[in-house]
Amino acid sequence: MCGIVGLFLKDKKLEPELGNMLTDMLITMTNRGPDSAGIAIYGNDADGNSKLTVQSDNPAQDFKGLKKALRKATGVKISVTKKDTHAILEMPTDDMTKVRSALKTIRPDVRVMSAGDTMEIYKETGLPEEVANRFDLRSMTGTHGIGHTRMATESAVTTLGAHPFSTGADQCLVHNGSLSNHNSLRRKLRRDGVTIETENDTEVGAAYLTWKMRHGSTLGEALESSLDDLDGFFTFVVGTKDGFGVVRDPIACKPAVMAETDQYVAFGSEYRALVNLPGIEDAHVWEPEPATVYFWKH
Amino acid sequence: MQSFDLETEGLRKLNVSLHAQSNDTNQTAWEITNPKGSHAIAVGLDAPIEVTVLGPTGYYCGGMNKQATVHVKGSAGPGVAENMMSGKVVIDGDASQYAGATAHGGLLVIKGNASSRCGISMKGVDIVVHGNIGHMSAFMAQSGNLVVLGDAGDALGDSLYEANLFVRGTVKSLGADCIKKDMRPEHLEILKCLLAEAEADAKPEEFTRYGSARKLYNFDVDNASAY
Repeated sequence: MCGIVGLFLKDKKLEPELGNMLTDMLITMTNRGPDSAGIAIYGNDADGNSKLTVQSDNPAQDFKGLKKALRKATGVKISVTKKDTHAILEMPTDDMTKVRSALKTIRPDVRVMSAGDTMEIYKETGLPEEVANRFDLRSMTGTHGIGHTRMATESAVTTLGAHPFSTGADQCLVHNGSLSNHNSLRRKLRRDGVTIETENDTEVGAAYLTWKMRHGSTLGEALESSLDDLDGFFTFVVGTKDGFGVVRDPIACKPAVMAETDQYVAFGSEYRALVNLPGIEDAHVWEPEPATVYFWKH
Repeated sequence: MQSFDLETEGLRKLNVSLHAQSNDTNQTAWEITNPKGSHAIAVGLDAPIEVTVLGPTGYYCGGMNKQATVHVKGSAGPGVAENMMSGKVVIDGDASQYAGATAHGGLLVIKGNASSRCGISMKGVDIVVHGNIGHMSAFMAQSGNLVVLGDAGDALGDSLYEANLFVRGTVKSLGADCIKKDMRPEHLEILKCLLAEAEADAKPEEFTRYGSARKLYNFDVDNASAY
């Protein structure tokens, strides 16, 4: 199964409430995906810095002294905000590459979940409510965000198997469905130098989009070509720095409902996820068409 | 009028209360508030009662219905009136995928649009959709009537048996073994009755009938290589 929720705010007044609204939507989708949950949230870009979301299975050890160690290795002034198994490293944009390579050396077990100017990704195994509490998702603010509740089918229940997956700077992907050609596609992408860490089908979907964009496609074009190259069932929701998009496979058996008002565009695997949004009674509510790429931008 | 707040009283209590109604019940009118997209509302009813749901429903509303009239004043999630046997289900808004799937009898009216697989494997139900229907509708439909005032999506009536499909608008594409057929007087009569019962503002003459070419009924040795 799996559940997807997404919220793209048009009304700035709602931005302080983004975490709260998304968390409610996420918890409503618990019985579609009680194994794991995750969220990608796009915050404020005012500081001109970039950030990495990193994750560790052993945060007490890995995050201890991380700030000092990175500063010593790179000479870059970094801020580290710890949130349970995750931490946000903020640094000047130009120093990102240097910091990433230093991190690989001094903390080889720490995984980079996302990189970009505004996006942060948090995901863990467990019930959505527990995951939301661990990362204090309710307190987060921002312009848009995507959440996922997972019922695993194609690979094990692990942190790395949870969604969202990052597909590039400030880009993420969540998936409801199952891809059937992920093994052959994984081999093909690996031969072409794409790093894929798990046996998970969605990670291959995300890697596929990254690979297409590396070869010159826009995200929209990459999503269009996914309709030809990915075999299986999928409803994808993708996030970018200033927008979010939706695409369903041509069979479209994985559910999707959207709602739009003057204040927001919202996505839910079921209408239940949308019922508490402001003004939902008068929203334009519809199901996205199969094999059609939808996109909203700020 | 029996009033039931789904949010405070819960789904199980609702369906138990509705199942407790017999053929000669005098609690014939029920109103359900705060459905909020919940699943399995008013499923498995078997009494001549009228149930009005004030708002949108989730999966399988009115499924397996016998005798009852279920009226949703909102939109319905996937599988509305799935496997209905008799009675009537009316959706004021849109219906999600596989509305009326495998239903044996009764009437399903959707006043908005229905999405993909509407009437899939229908076995005798009558379905009237005031708006459009999505792709793969009436897939392997066996009997009954599907009436669409708007347009139909891709692969209408794929691998169809003996159901009648009536579409007033355009059909994006026909599925395997589904063909356009002549409208005979008995079909106009069926349409006239169904349109009246579904409160649909359309004339029988405006519709085109589609049905099975009956080429897939029996094994054909020339197709052996396709298996």
